[in-house]
Amino acid sequence: MSNTLDVTAGWSRWRRSWWYHATYYAQTWRGSVVSTVFFPIFFLAAFGVGVGHLVTAHHGLVQGQTYLHFIAPSLLATTAMQQAEGESLWPVLAAVKWLRTYHAAAATPLEPEDIFYGKLAWVVTRSFLTGVFYTIVIGCFGAIESWWSLTLPIIGALVTLAFAAPLVAFAARSQTDGSFVTIYRFAFVPMFLFSATFYPVSAYPGYLRPLVQLVPLYHGVALARAAAFGQGSLGAITFHFAFLVAMALVGIAWGRRTMRRRLVD
Amino acid sequence: MLAVAPQERAVTTGPILEARDLVKRFGDLTAVKGVSFAVEKGESFGFLGPNGAGKTSTLRMISAVSEPTSGSLTILGLDPRRDGPQIRGRLGVVPQEDTLELELTVRQNLEMFGRYFDIARDVLRERASELLEFTQLSERANDKVDDLSGGMKRRLTIARALMNQPEILILDEPTTGLDPQARHLVWERLYRLKREGVTQIITTHYMDEAEQLCDRLVVMDHGTIVAEGPPSELIARHSTREVVELRFDTDSHEELHERLSPFAQRVEVLPDRILLYVNEGDDTLRELHAVGVMPTSALVRRSSLEDVFLRLTGRTLVD
Repeated sequence: MSNTLDVTAGWSRWRRSWWYHATYYAQTWRGSVVSTVFFPIFFLAAFGVGVGHLVTAHHGLVQGQTYLHFIAPSLLATTAMQQAEGESLWPVLAAVKWLRTYHAAAATPLEPEDIFYGKLAWVVTRSFLTGVFYTIVIGCFGAIESWWSLTLPIIGALVTLAFAAPLVAFAARSQTDGSFVTIYRFAFVPMFLFSATFYPVSAYPGYLRPLVQLVPLYHGVALARAAAFGQGSLGAITFHFAFLVAMALVGIAWGRRTMRRRLVD
Repeated sequence: MLAVAPQERAVTTGPILEARDLVKRFGDLTAVKGVSFAVEKGESFGFLGPNGAGKTSTLRMISAVSEPTSGSLTILGLDPRRDGPQIRGRLGVVPQEDTLELELTVRQNLEMFGRYFDIARDVLRERASELLEFTQLSERANDKVDDLSGGMKRRLTIARALMNQPEILILDEPTTGLDPQARHLVWERLYRLKREGVTQIITTHYMDEAEQLCDRLVVMDHGTIVAEGPPSELIARHSTREVVELRFDTDSHEELHERLSPFAQRVEVLPDRILLYVNEGDDTLRELHAVGVMPTSALVRRSSLEDVFLRLTGRTLVD
């Protein structure tokens, strides 16, 4: 309704939505902290140490890394995607339909775009903080080899934004959560398994490898791996980065529209 | 305590809210078909109408949330198309559904919502305490909202709408679904707010609520305003002073229509009874007895807003 085309003009408003989401989390975090803290430790112990033992015994190093080192960065990328899923589908549908708390927010000085940006800003903040923690855990398992690893939390935040923006946009226009389960089963689970998460792309037959380039999570995994090991060509890194940024921008443009349509009309 | 803060505010002369030829269209559906009205400062103004009459759509426009398709609208002297955030900062909205955070405590709901208005935290803490007192929720301040009764949730939603000390309080069906005790408590609190000078805009389909709360109201039907005025005036204009309700031991009350019509200004035949709109019900009953009309039961009552409402919007069920 008013001029919110410029993000910075709305900053004084959307930070209130960011703060609201953060406070909400601070009041209700107890359930999620267990999975946030223990999941990476369990994961690295089971796959990195357990499966890694078999891999090393039968195969040796993977791209010059032990198996634990190889999968540790992809754990960060997949967790970043999962945080986007967890925060962006059901909680958003609840806020626009079941509890209508976003409708309550839309009756305050906030515009629908402010609510949307605030939500994304919070999800990204949470992902960044989780990324810091994971980077430390990965470091404790000895899987960090480069100063570039310090960028891992930022990469995690970018992966989360790339997924959260379109997911919030989609949830804001949904009437039921029926399609969410389908998205989980047929998009997230396959992505988690097949984004060269647990093995290098070279494990695929040649004709399948280009297809992996179309899988969004693959770019997050590749970027995280490049940072952790401090290797990779500038061209490849730029492409992975640009892919995720483009996905985020498309999601933001879409979400601005769906959120406005849902809350204001 | 809850009255408008003595801050610098534009001196508004004339109505605090004014709508002219307001239209709201959703695709092919025109929900509001050109309504005009004005609300004065300190007034309690009501929107009455059956479901689908366009009340909520109108309310969302005057909450500066939904943009009018056409027509002019001025709220607090400002244009909602341009100054939406600024206007909403000075309004309090109690939506039809409570829209509370069920996982948070009563106090957290108030304080967190207050931050949307960029109010300092210590001010919010103080204001939340005052409003909890005002809505009789102090003892439940630290309980989760999920555990509250319907009436308590409603009061909390009202308290939440007052966190920014609004100049206009907009209430969409404030007591729908509440038991009589809870309703009366809400009415009493709204009356106190009115005494403190808060302008109120209320939709309801309870006629007793409209008579209790509204200084003036409009009746909406099919997206237009079909009547406007204070409740007593509407009754005087659209109904008679009294209504006689008669029941007869017959399967068809319809046949009696002609026989009774000379005795009343208007006769309405319902499946189970006949209504005679008259000025002196007891006189009418005597006249009927004199000519040998013997109903099985007869009741004389004063005309109410409900008679006006049904007269104007019809008895057909609207879904």
